[in-house]
Amino acid sequence: MTGSEFAAATLGFDHRHLLGTEGLSADEITFLLDLAEGYVEQSRRSNKKSSLLRGLTVINLFFESSTRTRTSFELAGKRLGADVINMSIAWSSIKKGETLIDTAMTLNAMHPDVLVVRHPDSGAVKLLSEKVNCAVINAGDGSHEHPTQALLDALTIRRRIGRLEGLRIAICGDILHSRVARSNIHLLGTMGARVRVVAPPTLLPAEIERMGVEVFFDMTEALQDCDIVMMLRLQTERMHGSFVPSTREYFRFYGLDSEKLKAAKPDAVIMHPGPMNRGIEIDSELADDIDRSLIRQQVEMGVAVRMACLDTLTQDLRGHNLAGSADGASLDGASADGASSGARP
Amino acid sequence: MNGALDEAVKAPARVARHRTAYVNARLLDPASGLDGAGALVIEDGRIAEVGPQVLAEGAPQGLAVVDCAGQCLAPGLIDMRVQLREPGEEHKETIVSAGQAAAVGGITSVAALPNTEPVVDDVAGVEFVARRAREAKLVKVYTYAAATRHLEGKEITEIGLLAEFGAVGFTDGLRTIADAQVMRRALSYARAFGQVIVQHAEEPALATGVMNEGEIATRLGLAGIPAAAEVIMVERDLRLAEWTGGRYHAAHLSTAAAVEAIRRAKARGLDVTCDTAPHYFTLNEHAVGDYRSFAKVSPPLRAESDRAAIAAAVADGTIDAVASDHSPHDQESKRLPFSHAEPGIAGLETLLALTLALHHNGAMPLLDALHRMTARPAEILGIEGGRLAKGAPGDLVLFDLDRPWRIDPDRFRSKSKNSPFEDHPVQGQVLRTVVDGRAIFKAGD
Repeated sequence: MTGSEFAAATLGFDHRHLLGTEGLSADEITFLLDLAEGYVEQSRRSNKKSSLLRGLTVINLFFESSTRTRTSFELAGKRLGADVINMSIAWSSIKKGETLIDTAMTLNAMHPDVLVVRHPDSGAVKLLSEKVNCAVINAGDGSHEHPTQALLDALTIRRRIGRLEGLRIAICGDILHSRVARSNIHLLGTMGARVRVVAPPTLLPAEIERMGVEVFFDMTEALQDCDIVMMLRLQTERMHGSFVPSTREYFRFYGLDSEKLKAAKPDAVIMHPGPMNRGIEIDSELADDIDRSLIRQQVEMGVAVRMACLDTLTQDLRGHNLAGSADGASLDGASADGASSGARP
Repeated sequence: MNGALDEAVKAPARVARHRTAYVNARLLDPASGLDGAGALVIEDGRIAEVGPQVLAEGAPQGLAVVDCAGQCLAPGLIDMRVQLREPGEEHKETIVSAGQAAAVGGITSVAALPNTEPVVDDVAGVEFVARRAREAKLVKVYTYAAATRHLEGKEITEIGLLAEFGAVGFTDGLRTIADAQVMRRALSYARAFGQVIVQHAEEPALATGVMNEGEIATRLGLAGIPAAAEVIMVERDLRLAEWTGGRYHAAHLSTAAAVEAIRRAKARGLDVTCDTAPHYFTLNEHAVGDYRSFAKVSPPLRAESDRAAIAAAVADGTIDAVASDHSPHDQESKRLPFSHAEPGIAGLETLLALTLALHHNGAMPLLDALHRMTARPAEILGIEGGRLAKGAPGDLVLFDLDRPWRIDPDRFRSKSKNSPFEDHPVQGQVLRTVVDGRAIFKAGD
């Protein structure tokens, strides 16, 4: 993408929800990243709080345990002055009686302004978004998407290197089960980066190359001339014979260590969405190398990106409030447009 | 056939107890190849006369006459794969509601899967279905019995006794008979009674996903079921069928590879048959779109190349039969995250129109399309019907071949409305459905 910064600022982001990065335009992504830059600054001040979202309610609805992402969204909401409520629901107990739809309807009756939802099933957040009147942010659905992670990764890269276009980026590890990988593949591809994926064949989904990535089984080949090495977490239950034979073997062939990193560009940087399995997918010393590792920056950018998303998705709402109009019909009309254009094509 | 017709024409018009004439019809009988203008007379529930010359001089007085106005009159459809949900899940469907739906669809006989609650794996279960169907007085309801007790895939059922009480075949329904030894014994044992073993052919260890494996599943982050899961099981079963000499029928095939395996087996002379459902030659995996659970079926909708291969196999006869694979589900079973939604489509009311598309688009002659839903499934199941012949049951469907309409699940007679074909344009509408000479559906009623 070229010379789009001005256009992006005027086009903005015309979706009701943020359900994924698939289908987002380069302009929309740039708009969100630019907006997030300001929130990086705000978050570094001693007084981090603004009142932009004062009076609005954000519900963090997590059907899957998470500390980092939930905390990051909670901080983002609070720094913007919103009322933030955390709800953690064990999906197994939901399945027995109350359905996801019932939960959505119940919460909807409480008039939240934004629902931040994480769910273990792919597509569940979209399903929920169809049943509520407020904006929904996907904080991770199954193996599908985790858009704010991809946005924070993009912001981290952009601040370090200054651009995304033309960068060679390797995503390494459990691509099969990774929503982070999918969201990054869409976003980075849209922004003009060249994305490679590398994993043992058992951890690669079918026809992944049709998502516009180059596929490698060999880590050293994949890292050749890369600017960025993104590592993914490997869940423990997948380490012992089901998808890979052992953690020892996995680290030997697919764990990132300084030896394998030599194949990448001399100034290549390392990223990881966390939480890390040190000694399994990444060498511990490398993870802590402040010259090479952007892992801590990613956490910081996470809050800023989520502030930008909360800001963007409530803009219509705040506009109406300022105009003193609580006209439900026009609000619904705007919502319906947003829903039909969708975050996905 | 012609001999029978001549005889019928010469026979004097007796004073009948209960006679109805269908005149001015386009008679379509796939079994004999008849496609032409003519009339048909039903006497006491059975076809007494049929052919171009029948009642050519006009109908005698005292005969009830149905003027078909040139529309198509064919044997009532025989749907060889249907789930009735009764007993056990009557909130989704009952024998009565399914019977009404079938009637609207031009279906006069259905063969029900045994996966009810309780499972139809004993004589009492078979008798229950038969009794409820008699009470419903709608379509003819045949039932499969379970091939293994409780559908557990371990011990074979009383195949001989169950067949004696009317079971038309043996299957574990939605479950694959996975154990090769059990399958071997089921095929061997059923052979003694001339019974067919109907298999849901998927290697279970490979079929752990929720949609077709490929780019779309990858994008959606859904676990895939590879096409290979089907052909691996079909090829194993074909070996077992060849070895045991048993009768094997592969249900609802979805992949090019599996129909190719069947094609080769038939060429080798094996006594094997198979069916598919309209969604496998009408839709492909793209129908899942954005997690559309109405398009979740088992086996899953496949790639476009598979869809095209299924359509071609229906046309060339490799696929013997087209069945609705009617799988009614209530909203609560479908409005769930895709992975948890129940698979299946309510298909009774759309079987004919969706299959006629293969004729309308030039893929196959009309008689062949009808053959897959009439005479052929009747042969596989060993039941009466499926033909317009003297002495055959008076089971008929009268339909307008060309009338266009859009599928509207809200108007289904079935208790469940789970269909991915909402607003799908089709051609061919049922005008009247007749079972044993009695109209159980008339358009406009």
